[in-house]
Amino acid sequence: MSGSTLVEVEDLSKHFRVTGGPLGVRTAGHVRAVDGVSFRIGAGETLALVGESGCGKTTISRLMLRLETPTTGAITLAGRDVHRLDRAGVRWFRRKVQAVFQDPWASLSPRMRVGDIIAEPLVVNERLSRTRVRLRVADMMGLVGLQPWQARLFPHEFSGGQRQRIALASALITEPDLVVLDEPVSALDVSVQAQVMNLLKDIQRERGTSFLLISHDLASVRYIAHQVAVMYLGEIVEQATADEIYERPRHPYTRALFDAILPAHPDDRRPGSDAADEVPSPLNPPSGCRFRTRCPHATDVCGHAPPRTALPGGGSVACHLYPATAGSTKGPVRQ
Amino acid sequence: MSTMEPVLTVDGLRTHLFTRWGTTRAVDGVSFTLHRGETLGIVGESGSGKSMLALSLVRLTPEPAARILAGSVVLDGTDLLTLSEKRMRKLRGSAISMILQDPHQSLNPVFTVGNQLAEAVHVHRPELAAAAVRERVLDGLRKVRMPAPERRLRDYPHELSGGMKQRIVGAMAISADPRVLIADEPTTALDVTTQQRYLRLLREIQRETGVAIILITHDFGVVAEACDRVAVMYAGRIVEQGPVREIFDRPRHPYTRALLDSRPRRDVRLDRLPSIEGSPPSLVDPPPGCRFAPRCRLAAERCTAEYPELTAVAPGHETACWRWEEVS
Ligand SMILES: Nc1ncnc2c1ncn2[C@@H]1O[C@H](COP(=O)(O)OP(=O)(O)OP(=O)(O)O)[C@@H](O)[C@H]1O
Ligand SMILES: Nc1ncnc2c1ncn2[C@@H]1O[C@H](COP(=O)(O)OP(=O)(O)OP(=O)(O)O)[C@@H](O)[C@H]1O
Ligand code: SF4
Ligand SMILES: [Mg+2]
Ligand SMILES: [Mg+2]
Repeated sequence: MSGSTLVEVEDLSKHFRVTGGPLGVRTAGHVRAVDGVSFRIGAGETLALVGESGCGKTTISRLMLRLETPTTGAITLAGRDVHRLDRAGVRWFRRKVQAVFQDPWASLSPRMRVGDIIAEPLVVNERLSRTRVRLRVADMMGLVGLQPWQARLFPHEFSGGQRQRIALASALITEPDLVVLDEPVSALDVSVQAQVMNLLKDIQRERGTSFLLISHDLASVRYIAHQVAVMYLGEIVEQATADEIYERPRHPYTRALFDAILPAHPDDRRPGSDAADEVPSPLNPPSGCRFRTRCPHATDVCGHAPPRTALPGGGSVACHLYPATAGSTKGPVRQ
Repeated sequence: MSTMEPVLTVDGLRTHLFTRWGTTRAVDGVSFTLHRGETLGIVGESGSGKSMLALSLVRLTPEPAARILAGSVVLDGTDLLTLSEKRMRKLRGSAISMILQDPHQSLNPVFTVGNQLAEAVHVHRPELAAAAVRERVLDGLRKVRMPAPERRLRDYPHELSGGMKQRIVGAMAISADPRVLIADEPTTALDVTTQQRYLRLLREIQRETGVAIILITHDFGVVAEACDRVAVMYAGRIVEQGPVREIFDRPRHPYTRALLDSRPRRDVRLDRLPSIEGSPPSLVDPPPGCRFAPRCRLAAERCTAEYPELTAVAPGHETACWRWEEVS
């Protein structure tokens, strides 16, 4: 997969000011939620962003959706900087980019009929006759495996998996180029997760849609991701094609995430590792490699920022265990 | 492994919910035995009745909708369902203790962690002096491997990370050395690393105290990591139960087979994930016969007419399927 580039993220950062003191007005520090992140997503491709709670995944998705403005860096979609759009540009953006969120119980308004929920992005962004809208809604419902007559029902009349289908139909109705999926299946049963993942794959095949898929679980994205970026405390520590990362995980943190995948069979249980548990505060991340306080391979050199070393297939890893060799490095990672 | 000495025996338990829409048969004739020192996993899809079963065991089902209509829950020779509310309150927490599905429900935001833990100890051991209570609280925090336990006593719940909150809830649940601990989806909201640590912690506590654990989950990964035996629930009933290896290697119910197949795997790259089409039946008017029949590939005429009772297929392994010999 090396289609044309749809999304280009360049040195993106988002720092949140945290207040303290008796009046809550003093600046106590800055949470470096996203800190110097770069990646690209090709047309018709899925990039999975994986990491533990609090590493900055949702902040990236909110930046991508223009719900936050970057502290530094930029996101371009089809060559246009999404945070520097005029009014017409914003309308264009809303048709091109849609989102599906984690909680299928909270994300649909309970008093709207399902048909109206699905139609909403279309009605807001395009001028179409009622009949045309109805036809498009019926089309979308078919695509996600719902019956057209169900358009008259309310969200509470559906199961969790069906609600996620409704959210997906609504996200896809404007035929967006990019859909941001923030933990789209974590709240669902395993059996239903499989249905939704299969559906995502079918839609991508039929429509060439790109996905930014966010998850904390490496096992659940293998089936659908082309590229995987592993995040830790606001930074991407390793990024590679799915085949590369599943067959040859390099960064000690990527390996720790693999070790944390629950066994497929009771015979695969492993004895517990005594690796340090606690994730350091993003207010005050460790100097150098941010993973060094938990890394079993950490040495003195890890107090300095690790090099970012290129990997076969276009990815990179940021760890002192993989020294940059001449010609293969993209330069040291930002501190 | 367990010594197979029964601690808790549940027989014919039936809990229905009476609402405006009709009667939901949430728990509809459930029987199982829990042994000393073992972990029994209860697995099933959302809405299959797992939480209602767990709440019935400690008699905390939602009032006034829920009613326990039949069955017995025998803990060390005493049927909990026949006890007065007063005696039940004494046993809850001391002999049989529960970690709720939502940890926020177990912690009060306006009291410090130390306060809440001390209260939990005081309820069961009112005779203890303050210093002894404090010692037990710290001991509980050490059991759940809380870093710097003395420092945590003055924290409020909102000052703790999700993983730490769970340890506190765990410490409260084991503070009175219960015989039976019920944990309802304790790891579903956690990320993978925290989940793994938590399950290992439960095992360590079990090794130290011999507590028998009922672990409710919808994830077979949790079962593979933490359970000795498994009961699979579907639409208010147990459809298969047995030792964990037996269930993974030789499932004898089509539903168990399908659940195992739909797990995402890291080692194989599939083009399509096997999924179970359709959804579970309404518990208001469940179909006669096998409740899985409408979604089952093996369903035959008999399946939709007659309910298959649980029958033994191997030592300690039971299934409720007419065509179990054709499964796998
Ligand atoms: N508006 C905000 N103000 C201050 N801090 C914030 C804000 N939004 C996020 N953060 C902090 O930024 C960090 C990254 O948060 P984010 O929600 O992006 O993480 P995540 O990877 O999506 O985590 P999860 O898996 O729990 O959803 C966290 O430390 C979070 O507390
Ligand atoms: N307070 C209530 N009032 C009425 N019906 C309820 C109530 N709580 C649960 N139910 C119904 O009882 C049945 C069993 O629910 P239960 O919560 O036990 O399922 P569960 O297996 O724990 O599901 P989950 O995996 O989603 O937690 C469901 O049909 C549910 O809709
Ligand atoms: S750079 Fe050093 S500390 Fe960081 S992950 Fe690699 S070995 Fe560990
Ligand atoms: Mg998030
Ligand atoms: Mg439940």
